[in-house]
Amino acid sequence: MSTPTVHSIKPRVAVHKFSSCDGCQLAFLNLGEELLVLAERVELVHFAEAGALDPDTEVDVAFVEGSLSTPEDIERIQHIRQHCRMLIAIGACATSGGIQALRNSANGAEWVAQIYSHPDAISSLERSTPIASQVKVDFELWGCPVSSSQILAVVNSLLLGVAPHDNADKVCTECKRRNLTCVMVSHGVACMGPVTRAGCGALCPSMGRDCYGCYGPAENTNTDALAAQFRALGLTPQAIVQRFQSINSQAPVFLAAANKVKTR
Amino acid sequence: MTEQKRTVSIHVPVLTRVEGEGALDLRIENGEIVELRLRIFEPPRFFEKFLEGHSYTEIPDMVARICGICPVAYQATAAQALEKLFGVELNPWAQAMRRVFYCGEWIQSHSLHIHLLAAPDFFGCNSVIELARIAPDEVRRGLRIQALGNELMELFGARSVHPVGIRVGGFHHAPALSQISAIRDKLRAALPEAEALIRWAASIPVPQDNQAFVSVAMHHASDYAIERGQIVTSDGLNIEADAFDTHFAEHHEPFSTALFSTYQQQPYLVGPLARLNLNHDRLPERVKTLLAETGLTLPSRNLFHSLTARAVEILLALHEALRLLEGYRVPDTPWVPVTPRAGVATGCTEAPRGLLWHRYEMDADGCVVNARIVPPTSQNQGRIEEDLRLSLLNLGLDQPDDALRLHCEQVIRNYDPCISCATHFLRMKVERG
Repeated sequence: MSTPTVHSIKPRVAVHKFSSCDGCQLAFLNLGEELLVLAERVELVHFAEAGALDPDTEVDVAFVEGSLSTPEDIERIQHIRQHCRMLIAIGACATSGGIQALRNSANGAEWVAQIYSHPDAISSLERSTPIASQVKVDFELWGCPVSSSQILAVVNSLLLGVAPHDNADKVCTECKRRNLTCVMVSHGVACMGPVTRAGCGALCPSMGRDCYGCYGPAENTNTDALAAQFRALGLTPQAIVQRFQSINSQAPVFLAAANKVKTR
Repeated sequence: MTEQKRTVSIHVPVLTRVEGEGALDLRIENGEIVELRLRIFEPPRFFEKFLEGHSYTEIPDMVARICGICPVAYQATAAQALEKLFGVELNPWAQAMRRVFYCGEWIQSHSLHIHLLAAPDFFGCNSVIELARIAPDEVRRGLRIQALGNELMELFGARSVHPVGIRVGGFHHAPALSQISAIRDKLRAALPEAEALIRWAASIPVPQDNQAFVSVAMHHASDYAIERGQIVTSDGLNIEADAFDTHFAEHHEPFSTALFSTYQQQPYLVGPLARLNLNHDRLPERVKTLLAETGLTLPSRNLFHSLTARAVEILLALHEALRLLEGYRVPDTPWVPVTPRAGVATGCTEAPRGLLWHRYEMDADGCVVNARIVPPTSQNQGRIEEDLRLSLLNLGLDQPDDALRLHCEQVIRNYDPCISCATHFLRMKVERG
């Protein structure tokens, strides 16, 4: 092994979960044998799914998965913020409210009444919101889900004492680097790649299919041009709205793009 | 004895090493259990509601988000339901590869559960990290098997969490022959590791805790049922997926955001042990031999055998993937065209944690009118509470609090409850003004 550049005291790390599918925590649990290496380099203080339960101890870094959707969530995230030096939101739920934020444009109370025969017992806010809607977030890692390599890149940056890299470029750039054929130009597929944040490695185009925006909006997007392109490909206004209203429906750029198509 | 008269109040506010957020409340007064609740408080996510209005083309990508640990189960079940409604016959390649893809998820999910969630309890450890200090080779072997399951899923889905490969009508993309050759070598190399895993799992001493319950699983004429089959029960029911909701009911308890399922007004078991109980005669010969060596007699009434059942199913999944990838050819097309039509679609498969049932009402444009999804964990929830009650009585309520708490947690983990899956599911027939 190379000379350790890490301080002799291991950084203390917590992994917290809010409303989610658990898939971003799997970026840790799916590390394979590297999970044991990670456990040597950092101290996993709190990570309920992995068995470590200690939400009150001060930590250096708190990774937070999931969206805020109950009154208790609001209290818990404030507690977490007060007990960590750095808070990193991981995944679409934590950064945009996630797929469950599709309910934000609907009547949540009515939904609860339709689903549960004891609706009074269900504690649920009208909206599902990202972590940054309530507390200061030091770094956001977008993606549904985030990958193990993204997580390791962040952890390694922190161990080396540098700020994590924020790649807000577009999926198109990753497609070009992989020398993939453009699915929109060649096959007329309504691909979200031109407005979607990089980080996945252009997985969907590599399978010959459309990107569906699961990494959220990229920087400097031109959603008007993409909506016009979708119209030219024959998509109905409703289908165009649904392109922007999926995994990251409440990300401001996607929400604005959808609303613009609706009011057109 | 005064010890008999004590009041015990055990409250586990956050259950660790389960997927999602749940809690346990246990109260014992005068030597009797007066309260026992597995409380699921994972916030509801309303999946079935927001699927409404979305196109069939989006459904596999959307329902995957119900669960990060078993997304393939959701995708495959939805696709199967919609293909049946649309009258789509998968080509033989796609039919076989759906099963291979699903095997990847069983391998990944089962190995994660055995090593990261369940096994630490039996060695007095709090986590896999601690377990790795006393059983490093076994843990590393488990993590390697888990990684191989992920790799198999990535082959067909580009990533293992919310893979992007399934479409209604087949797959978006077929892996190249060179990729299949490479994975075949790895699968073959993993066989002895999986066999050793079965021996290890079966060697872990577990409580003798036999209980009466009905097992429910899918059953297929020739295969160990995973991605297709009838629904059968250990008391003789044998039905098509369409008939599920005439025999199985769901209801809501006020303390939980998950719905409880019953069969003939009683709790029932789904998952690896139920499957093994009902389908062990469909295992490949080599897997049968290994199973016989463990001394495990089937059907088993002891849920603590679930750990070994998962290990057996890992070996089965490796064998199945190898068998189906033998003589692999890249197909002319990985999918067949689909024409949507209005109607009701039902689908059923065996998720790693048990039976998963979907029902979609679709309009003529192929958009969802309403949806209903019954995941394995809500089906097992009633059984878990029944098991806890019986198991605690079997253990003895006079045990120290810590022993009672640990035992309860072990019982719960036998079911590998996935609380993320269990919440936010609904009975759409209940409409209020």
